[in-house]
Amino acid sequence: MNVPDQQPQTSAWSMYRAIVGIGAFCALVIVVVFQSTAARIRDNQERFLAAAIAEVLPETRTTVAVGLAEDGRLVPTTETLALPVFLAFDESGQLAGAVLTAMGMGYQDNIRVLYAYSFEQNAIVGFKILESKETPGLGDRVEIEPHFIANFEALDASLSADGSALANPIVTVKQGEKTDPWQIDGITGATITSEALGNILNNSASEWVPVLERDADTIERGDRSNGQ
Amino acid sequence: MASKEVTSTDEFVKGLWRDNPVFIQVLGMCPALAVSNTALNALAMGLATTFVLLMSGLSVSLLRNFIPREARIVCYICIIATFVTSVDYLIMALSLELHRALGAFIALIVVNCLILGRAEAFASKHKPGRALLDGLGMGVGFTLALLFIGVVREILGSGSLFGVAVFPDGFQTWTVMVLPSGGFFAMALWLLIVNRIKQKQAATAKTVEVTS
Amino acid sequence: MSDASHWSIFLNAALVNNFVLAYFLGICPFFGVSSKLETAVRMGAAVSFVMLVASVCAFLINLLLDAVNAPYLRIISYILVISSTVQLVEMLMKKISPTTFRAMGIYLPLITTNCAILGLALFQTNRGYGFTQSVVYSLGAGLGFALALVLMAGVREKLELNEVPDLVKGTAAALVVAGILSMGFMGFAGLGR
Repeated sequence: MNVPDQQPQTSAWSMYRAIVGIGAFCALVIVVVFQSTAARIRDNQERFLAAAIAEVLPETRTTVAVGLAEDGRLVPTTETLALPVFLAFDESGQLAGAVLTAMGMGYQDNIRVLYAYSFEQNAIVGFKILESKETPGLGDRVEIEPHFIANFEALDASLSADGSALANPIVTVKQGEKTDPWQIDGITGATITSEALGNILNNSASEWVPVLERDADTIERGDRSNGQ
Repeated sequence: MASKEVTSTDEFVKGLWRDNPVFIQVLGMCPALAVSNTALNALAMGLATTFVLLMSGLSVSLLRNFIPREARIVCYICIIATFVTSVDYLIMALSLELHRALGAFIALIVVNCLILGRAEAFASKHKPGRALLDGLGMGVGFTLALLFIGVVREILGSGSLFGVAVFPDGFQTWTVMVLPSGGFFAMALWLLIVNRIKQKQAATAKTVEVTS
Repeated sequence: MSDASHWSIFLNAALVNNFVLAYFLGICPFFGVSSKLETAVRMGAAVSFVMLVASVCAFLINLLLDAVNAPYLRIISYILVISSTVQLVEMLMKKISPTTFRAMGIYLPLITTNCAILGLALFQTNRGYGFTQSVVYSLGAGLGFALALVLMAGVREKLELNEVPDLVKGTAAALVVAGILSMGFMGFAGLGR
């Protein structure tokens, strides 16, 4: 005697219908949410960036996003780079400096920083950590230790004679052993994070400062205000 | 023991204690430990997970007659992933800071065994109303569990609660509590307390049985 | 392309930022499978393999998503690929070694919900690793996961033979062991720099 099937065999049509139906439903929800939040998210990001730029280079009134063209020259850019770089202009339209983002591996995860370079002083004059997941109480002291923050009032980033690289690489030294203006006085107990920041700044500055020094004058001040 | 009709309140309440996802079922531990280094992060994560639980439970329940048995896991995963993506963008729109703090763990809600487990074990077999209550109960239970762990870790590890300092300046923080090890220890602590309570409950139940 | 060296990525994933002990990824199987050394080794191997495949697939999918500018499809596509990979591994294992397949039981399909694999895919995307960097990252992560699992299993097996108060038995004791292991691994900080 045949035992009757407990469940009817699922037809190919109902499988197909389900997969396509669910797929369509999911796609609809995602697209709706994405579209409705996109503007707000962009706003948040711009506001955050504007506030950060104002913090590292207070004289900024307008910025122009720049990038590297194929031949290595500095050009204004409209595409959003992974690590945006801006030229900052003050009230009178003069070049106030450059603001750069840089990223590198810290102890726990990537650290993302924003720093300001001054053409007058040939030095890094402002510094802010945008994103970090460093150890609380240890690595994250780089954000609050006064002597560490003082490093960035005028961190020397002058170029070598031929202008192709930094004259002296930015390097982190042990706390209290700073002797030269291109050194970063580290934090005892947060060695890895301090050194990581030194590396991040050195890599970024080595790559960008030569180009900025050479080509910054060729960029016109645009009308992109710094959200002020 | 007389059999009870399972009431709606029961559906909700069971997620809070009897079937608490983190402490009893021991599900969804990854986010419980990873994101609970501050009470605020724990709360945000719990709420985000509750949102996904609710929406996916509701969807699965509404579509339960439409999804064939063979393809059900794939469909559940798709639905859950959709709502996780949604909550990801919603949090980004709400607060960039919070989004950065929670990081990749928002996306990891999709592999929280709790959600798939509830969809499979409950939502697919019950009406939307019940599924909603179940999701809500589990979600609240999950959030509370996360909060317990987060509060302990933040108070001991940072000397603050929701960012407000609770100890005088001289307090030496137990930094280990906000490190990964602290997560394990805090969870172990709560599990011990829960086990003790369960032990006591079982003992009283036994004495009641013996004497009745 | 991140500018971290391959060697430091590998060491970092395996030891310094061990997926289980530092990032809390893969905890469910970690506590579920780590009571016996033999199953732990097999699980470690299976997860490492799935991680490698998932990492490569995630890299390729990401290229595609960037090309069509649809970042919102990332989570769904990653998790679907991971589920399919696990299905594949299940079928392969059934064919190649049925005994192992039976020994692993429910834990094999549970690899799908193993946060470690999705976490791996998401981290490598967030950090912008290139292709070889991603492969090295997944190898390191798999090794680290297997290592943590085996260490844990070794300790737990010994613990079983000792007198442990009822209250602490099981998961609570395992959690404390994990916490201590995690502190131990923190000693690797700075390795590979």
